[in-house]
Amino acid sequence: MRRRILATVTALAVGAALAACSGESGTPTLTWYINPDAGGQAAIAQSCTEAADGAYVIETSLLPRDAASQREQLARRLAAQDGSIDIMSLDPPFIPELAEPGFLAPVPAELEALGTEGVVQGAVDSAMWDGELVTIPFWANTQLLWYRESVAEAAGLDMTEPVTWDEIIEAARSQDKLLGVQGTKGESLTVWINALVASAGGEIIANPEAPADEVELGLDTDAGRAAADIIGRIGDEGLGGPGLPTADENASMNLFASDDGSFMVNWPFVWAALGEASPDVVEDMGWAIYPQVEEGADAAPPVGGINLGVGAFSDDVDLAYQAVECIVAPENQAEYFVTNGNPPSSVEAYEDPRVAEDFPMWETIRDSLDLAVPRPQTPRYNEVTLGLQETWHPPSAVSPDSSPEEATSLITAVLRGERLL
Amino acid sequence: MPPVGVDRTRERSATGRKPTTGRVRRSDRARDEVRLGWMLAGPAFVVMLAVTLYPILQAVFDSLFNFRLTDPDAREFVGAGNYAVVLTDAVFWDSLWVTLLITVVTVAIELVLGFALAMVMHRAITTLRGWLRTAILVPYGIITVVSAFAWFYAFDINSGGFVNNWFDWVPGVDENLNWFAAQGTSLFVIIASEVWKTTPFISLLLLSGLAQVPGDLEEAAKVDGATSWQVLKRVILPNMKAAIMVAVLFRALDAFRIFDNVFIMTNGANGTEVLSLLAYRTSIGRLEIGLGSAISVLLFLCVILISFVAVKGFKVDLASARGGE
Repeated sequence: MRRRILATVTALAVGAALAACSGESGTPTLTWYINPDAGGQAAIAQSCTEAADGAYVIETSLLPRDAASQREQLARRLAAQDGSIDIMSLDPPFIPELAEPGFLAPVPAELEALGTEGVVQGAVDSAMWDGELVTIPFWANTQLLWYRESVAEAAGLDMTEPVTWDEIIEAARSQDKLLGVQGTKGESLTVWINALVASAGGEIIANPEAPADEVELGLDTDAGRAAADIIGRIGDEGLGGPGLPTADENASMNLFASDDGSFMVNWPFVWAALGEASPDVVEDMGWAIYPQVEEGADAAPPVGGINLGVGAFSDDVDLAYQAVECIVAPENQAEYFVTNGNPPSSVEAYEDPRVAEDFPMWETIRDSLDLAVPRPQTPRYNEVTLGLQETWHPPSAVSPDSSPEEATSLITAVLRGERLL
Repeated sequence: MPPVGVDRTRERSATGRKPTTGRVRRSDRARDEVRLGWMLAGPAFVVMLAVTLYPILQAVFDSLFNFRLTDPDAREFVGAGNYAVVLTDAVFWDSLWVTLLITVVTVAIELVLGFALAMVMHRAITTLRGWLRTAILVPYGIITVVSAFAWFYAFDINSGGFVNNWFDWVPGVDENLNWFAAQGTSLFVIIASEVWKTTPFISLLLLSGLAQVPGDLEEAAKVDGATSWQVLKRVILPNMKAAIMVAVLFRALDAFRIFDNVFIMTNGANGTEVLSLLAYRTSIGRLEIGLGSAISVLLFLCVILISFVAVKGFKVDLASARGGE
């Protein structure tokens, strides 16, 4: 009797397993690892699944909230050759680290134009590694200079012309107001440092493609010192408010919305967020290209966003790239912008009438993305950013005389494996 | 070696005399019991080996290599090289001192507070006892990450923390005080949250120790005219030595491995990095498996050292506590 029961249970188990297998062997399922958003990527996955007409099904899987944790999870799983990773939403600075060891499937030649033509320059730069396109830009983010029109007017600033950091510092000082900048010990601090160094005509790493022990830093230069001078002055004079050492993008936005708000450098998400939370502030809100470090020299605004990579260990690399082609279609990018607030990397997407209606600053965003300079593209980016955060924090302690030199010495030693971080 | 201890006791009781030197002869029943003991404990023993000893040995092995997870081809044997880098770096020593500071301060405060709470629970009238214990244990029941966020948002100036408004009458506290912008104030909040969270644990352990102090000894001391302080010092505390040691040891080890509070509140900024956070950031954040393993192994050795010092320092015979020889 017992044997018969056992045999029945075994037969049922085997049958169920076979049924499951046969279900899977029908339409291939592609797993897209997405960063958290307002549901836009899941909606695109759904529409691309429908458009594929049975060729594939895209399922989304959610990554952690912050970019560093997303990188950690993907890097660990790719190092273990996880075949379940078909498509990935990747934060641009961490792309070379995954491309260098061959964790990303090569972009097919016929899709290269998709990642380079009709795409804003900042996003193209962030999708490359070692002279090759390794990911396809999906959406591109950039920081603008947001300002309270009343404060700018009272300070006598003409915001139709480019402004410098010196000018907005002086304006905030003269009006007894605070500046919205990100001084917390995190990635946003590196974003600020990189934008300042690049705007001053410099670069954090002079030879990003060199082996780790031969990397040369460009911080201990006039550009690095100019960047340190601006951060140090804002920190030392208390122009970022008492919350500056722990201020991230949300904290900057809240400061800007308070009675002390004046100018703020921040991503476009603030437009929708303040529109809901503080409509009266939005009425007094203007926008412009990121401030210049030197008068007359173009600013190099920060660039962010998400690129799509295909896992090298995926069983369906070809299908995954077909899905990527669908996901980054300009109409999907425009839809994603108006529903989730994330700016397109495709120039064509900005021509969608809904974009101009919902985001009156769309031209400024597009122009900013063309001026934008990515953070250093290197497989050891993590060491570079942590080293910068270690030596340029808190902002009040940043000095042009010592901070660039300390950062250079620490990052160089860490890259050579001689020091801890 | 508990099975052997049981065996010898049984043999003595069966024969009525101490076993002679040489190999101990076992009765059939004793042998069966030993076998049963191994059959019952064996699987758990194997699982313990798999989940604790194996990772430790793997970490020791990994620590001998220069190995980055995203650069597997460059893996090379460096012997004690990683240990040399770690032990000669100020970052490691700073983390160690901060960890020790947090450990010593929290354990000292918690021991005093926990003992006071244990006395209150011990002496509370029967009707109140259940409510009191529940109330005291609430903080310990909260997940550490949750309590860390609660404390963080209470003090964080950027998200409207209420502490500055409530306590602006305290000298040095005003609406512009950013607690997480300096080492001293950051450590204060971290230590305060740690004390709030785990004092109930230590008080529970001490309460069990208090319950074991014979009441007749206390009564005898009082009859002999001892003051309350003398009763505490000469009767209660000496009889609670094993419980105090267990409380201090467990909490010290717990505090030495502190992670969540620091991770949530400062993420190691302003000189608040602790050893476990350094190990995490190196292994998981930087994906430097070799270097991170070396830090983890050193952390493990520190934990063993603390256990050794605590057991030796309190001079408690743990074997007697379980009724052995």
